[in-house]
Amino acid sequence: MKLELRGISKAFPGVVANDGIDLVVEPGEIHALLGENGAGKSTLMNVLYGLYQPDAGEILIDDAPVAFADPGDAIAAGIGMVHQHFMLIPVFTVTENVMLGAESVKGPIGLLDTQDARGRIVALSERHGLRVDPDATIEDLPVGVRQRVEIIKTLYRQSSTLVLDEPTAVLTPQEIEDLFEVMRSLKAGGTSIIFITHKLNEVLAVADRITVLRRGRVVGTAIPSETDEADLARMMVGRPVQLEVTKASAKPGEPILEIGALSVLDDRGQMAVRDLDLTVRAGEILAVAGVQGNGQTELVEAVTGLRPIGAGEIRIASEPIRQDPRRIFEAGVAHVPEDRLEEGLVPGFTIADNMVLNTYYLKPFANGISLQRDAILATARQLKEEYDVRTPSVENEASTLSGGNQQKVIVAREFSRPIKLLVAAQPTRGLDVGSIEYIHRRIVEKRDEGAAVLLVSTELEEVLSLGDRIAVMFQGTIVDILEPDEATPERLGLLMGGAHPEEAAADEVSAVAAEIRRS
Amino acid sequence: MTATAGALSPARRGALTRERVLGVVYLALAAVIVFVFARVEGADTSAFGLNLGRGGVQLPDVVVPSAATAYLLALIAASLGAMQLIRGFGTRWAVVLGVVVVAFVLAFLTWASAGGSINFAGLMQSTLQRSVPITFGALSGILCERAGVVNVAIEGMLLTGAFVSAVVASATDNSWIGVVAAVGAGGLLAALLAVLAIRYLVDQIIAGVVLNILAIGLTSFLATRVLTPNPDLNSPERFGEVQIPVLTDIPLLGAVVLENNAFVYMMFAAIAILSVMLFRTRWGLRVRAVGEHPKAADTVGIDVYFVRYRNVILGGMMAGLGGAYFTLGSTGSFEQEMTAGRGFIGLAAMIFGGWAPVGSFLAALVFGFADALQSRLSILNIPVASQFLQMAPYIVTIIVVAGLVGRVRAPAADGRPYIKG
Amino acid sequence: MSERAADQAPAPETMGVGPPERPSTPTRGQPALVSWLLGVPRALVVPSLALLTALAIGAVIIILSDRDFVTQFGSNPGAALGAGLTSVRDAYVGLIGGSVGSPRAISETLLQATPLILTGLAVAVGFRAGLFNIGAEGQLYAGAASSIFVGFALVGLPAFIHLPLAIIAGIAGGALWGFIPGFLKARTGAHEVIVTIMLNYVAFRFIDWLLNQPFFQREGRTDQISRFVEPSAELPRLIEGFRTHWGIFLALAAAVFVSWLLFRSTKGFEFRAVGLNPSAARYAGMSIGGTLILAMMVSGGLAGLAGASEMLGSNKTLTPGFSPGWGFDAIALALLGGARPLGVVFAALLFGALRAGATPMQVSTGIPIDLVVVIQALVIMFIAAPALVRGIYRIRVERRIGSEVFTKGWGA
Repeated sequence: MKLELRGISKAFPGVVANDGIDLVVEPGEIHALLGENGAGKSTLMNVLYGLYQPDAGEILIDDAPVAFADPGDAIAAGIGMVHQHFMLIPVFTVTENVMLGAESVKGPIGLLDTQDARGRIVALSERHGLRVDPDATIEDLPVGVRQRVEIIKTLYRQSSTLVLDEPTAVLTPQEIEDLFEVMRSLKAGGTSIIFITHKLNEVLAVADRITVLRRGRVVGTAIPSETDEADLARMMVGRPVQLEVTKASAKPGEPILEIGALSVLDDRGQMAVRDLDLTVRAGEILAVAGVQGNGQTELVEAVTGLRPIGAGEIRIASEPIRQDPRRIFEAGVAHVPEDRLEEGLVPGFTIADNMVLNTYYLKPFANGISLQRDAILATARQLKEEYDVRTPSVENEASTLSGGNQQKVIVAREFSRPIKLLVAAQPTRGLDVGSIEYIHRRIVEKRDEGAAVLLVSTELEEVLSLGDRIAVMFQGTIVDILEPDEATPERLGLLMGGAHPEEAAADEVSAVAAEIRRS
Repeated sequence: MTATAGALSPARRGALTRERVLGVVYLALAAVIVFVFARVEGADTSAFGLNLGRGGVQLPDVVVPSAATAYLLALIAASLGAMQLIRGFGTRWAVVLGVVVVAFVLAFLTWASAGGSINFAGLMQSTLQRSVPITFGALSGILCERAGVVNVAIEGMLLTGAFVSAVVASATDNSWIGVVAAVGAGGLLAALLAVLAIRYLVDQIIAGVVLNILAIGLTSFLATRVLTPNPDLNSPERFGEVQIPVLTDIPLLGAVVLENNAFVYMMFAAIAILSVMLFRTRWGLRVRAVGEHPKAADTVGIDVYFVRYRNVILGGMMAGLGGAYFTLGSTGSFEQEMTAGRGFIGLAAMIFGGWAPVGSFLAALVFGFADALQSRLSILNIPVASQFLQMAPYIVTIIVVAGLVGRVRAPAADGRPYIKG
Repeated sequence: MSERAADQAPAPETMGVGPPERPSTPTRGQPALVSWLLGVPRALVVPSLALLTALAIGAVIIILSDRDFVTQFGSNPGAALGAGLTSVRDAYVGLIGGSVGSPRAISETLLQATPLILTGLAVAVGFRAGLFNIGAEGQLYAGAASSIFVGFALVGLPAFIHLPLAIIAGIAGGALWGFIPGFLKARTGAHEVIVTIMLNYVAFRFIDWLLNQPFFQREGRTDQISRFVEPSAELPRLIEGFRTHWGIFLALAAAVFVSWLLFRSTKGFEFRAVGLNPSAARYAGMSIGGTLILAMMVSGGLAGLAGASEMLGSNKTLTPGFSPGWGFDAIALALLGGARPLGVVFAALLFGALRAGATPMQVSTGIPIDLVVVIQALVIMFIAAPALVRGIYRIRVERRIGSEVFTKGWGA
């Protein structure tokens, strides 16, 4: 089928996710949708799949407008979706998962005809080279196989357009190759594929056409034979907004944070951080760039004691740490967490209480087990002034604050004591420009006071403007650490997308050479 | 609880500790057998009666030397305990636990009947009967929780079923109508729970506790206000025993299992039907999907809200049926708070049984056995006070709940309200 | 940006408990915030309406179960209704008279309110830490047993030693009974609802046993009644001729203590943090397991104190079933009082009034006291589902926009 999305717009409170997006997918085409986190790719696909209703625009199949009230409609129209987070039931078998919602039954009470379903699954599996064991339980299967199950699920329902949302995010290189083979085979059979990703090399390897999204809008389309990674990276990432923070050059001192051969598992038991080495010195900001989901969260949690270390070692000021958040805090580590509502604040507490959330038991805030309200309030008021938290009273609940002010509370709390190491994860996520600028200034101040700063961020502008050294994290390891002058957006984009540094350098050289030739 | 698998990650350490604890427990039980249960007169024998005193094939009593049997059972427990400590039993740990528990109980019975006899068959039958309300409670829990809704109001539904069945059966002089009314009442109460939990997003446990209090209050109030002045509204006809011809002549098993009232047979039917429906039909697949991963179910077009409402109401109906057992199958009249916590024990049986009908029934048998035992043992001369034996079902429940959390898998989305994103 | 699903509702343990203005609705669009911001009067609206609705439904139940109403309904509905309404009037008049109609009535109300205040505080403390303590009744009994034991076992001690000792014994007994579920929850994750309920039954059986033991049972008696408390361990009466005793002061003192504990102590800070947001509590370095255990022990101790107060002040002797379900009413009280000590005290006074009036009501009209239980249950239900009350009475709740924090929601 020919699928067209015309002028799709979708907004959520405070954010415009899709802004007038046009997309055309010809029959039997592999169409890549490229963009960073936050670009609007998943939202667009959720609109297509009927999970969201667009605010404006329409969907056309074979030039006829259609409307999807829910996924059932989309499925019926032949659209199949493989979500980024699998919609598979871990304790069910492959067959049960594929069958669900389209079960083969026999008899009056609806006895499951597993044999029939199995047969069809095996047939599909062989036809498209999607090797699965129909009787295996999902939770025993590696991620690559689970994905094949998701694909078979869509084929089982005879979808003619398949949407793959970041399918390679969790695959090994070999599995990625296998996936591409499957995609080509499906394409040969007439299925169209929309392939969502942020990885440049893959797009070039397998797509017929590429549409690039940035901040909810289409910024360009391309054909692989006519473009290259550097080009795409530039479109994807754009020119950095001039949010330069004026800062003096760093004067790095002693190593404060030393991470050696660190391996950490995520909640699912998969390796999130692999054999990672990193050192951060006093008086420098080490910025870790990377697309969300490459192990940054687990790294931060390991350093702050919220996640057990699988292997390797972490030292703070030359002392190996115990995975106990309070000990680590008392060792002079401040943590601005990634999710301010989930981890950084107790929304039901007052602002004042939140400001002493990790110091409440120390003097002067407590005398034994008795809280000293006056001291708490006085400090809170002082911090409110100093950090410009906009609220009528520090005795209001923290949930009444805007995002930016909530973050300021956290920053105030963490910054207002002498610290050796500051770990800041996505410190300006979801904030307005003014707050961003403010927090950036504060971070630089801390650095100048001699703290070591580990900044983890998916925002390239932030990384570029704050980092004294810039590391790029990809699939659990640091692929490279760059000096500020080496770190161009293109180069970072390439590294974040998994391209090899040497190739990146080679690309640069050839690009420069081409420039010279042209002039 | 995150599962990490480093060299000595918390999860593995936890497993080791559990295995150690189990091993020590087995050894301790063996010690109890040796130092308590084997303390009988050397010449004492224990006789286990295997007949129910009705026709059919009469089996001779099984007579064993008390002390020797106890020592033998202690040996079994101790060696299993030692093996557990040294090697552990891997996936067969539950079977071994079962064996040790059985050995311990047999030793206890041997001790209790030393120098006398105990009607084993009667004990078995009583066990089966007492497990009926617990099983119904567990089945009710399964219906609800497999769809992802926690139902702690089973106790209240049992009580309501008991009350309604007594009154309606007395008023209409027809016990079957009483049963139907009980089923309806249970369903109604469950509908209330469903609305509170699913529509109004009340915390499922609070809603359940509230409904329990409501049920206790209402039934007690009405019992005093309406039943006491009108005793003819509280004298329903109990279901008599139904014998299945020929098969009841099978020694021991036949008499115990197949000479019971309708509720026992209904229980067996319910277990069978629910088992098949839940695990072999489309209906069951969808229910389980909703309980495990409602979002996934939603994306394939299953109506999560409808499934949850429907299952909770069905669960209530099942509990109402179980409640009718108390009056129409057992005592024959309603007493205030007569369910005495069986609804909660049913929940524990459900957890113990892995949220499966057959497993829950086996677990209910365990609790029923504890229940049956304590009522029989007052006849025998044992130095343990009956009140401690009465505590047994409740303590067992605590141990089960504490010990099995994390070992058995609840439906993944159990207790979490689903909000369409 | 990672996908923060909008269906990420808070965990059951921490949901739905707290001030009535914060019901178990997801954090998106917090309508209940409004009530709090519009001041205390608004906060009373839902509880008051809940009470009125419950009373109304109670009236319906009285009418429908009234003999005269039922027999006359077919032939003469008007008279039937009249009879029913008369029943209701008599019932509620009896209730009010019995609770506040005379000095004796007020004394009875205070007497009934004392254990309610304490158990209500117990459950409230649990709620604050995110725990459902359904075991207040068992903890009450445990405290009663231990306090009465110290009360009669130690002879010859002066009152100023004996009485505090007996009280402390009561608190300790309850605290022990609360420690068990707390420990199991912290170590194994066992849900405290089932464990506390089971422990209730275990406590009852244990008391049964105790009351049959020679060292506990009153001499010369074969029924289940314990020895008398020594006079040196008795809680003195307040005013001669009235049954109210110093227990009421213990209860009020406990309310002050709980208020201090929750809002002015480091431990209370930890309770509330763990109850509201365990992830943030952990991030802030608090020990979740330790906090849970301590909270359950405090909760149990308060319930145990209720038992002690009853033993040493009212009954002077232990019998099974001396509590008409105070531990269960406590759940309603904690919800009604918004898990705040002051709210709990007022709610306890209200329920105490209901209970005190129930017996005279039964005496004069024959309506069983269980009606009060029904009304209480209805009140809890409406409190737990404020949306239900709002739905019934169509109270509009404005939504606050603009101050929403929007880190959650959409995947990119």
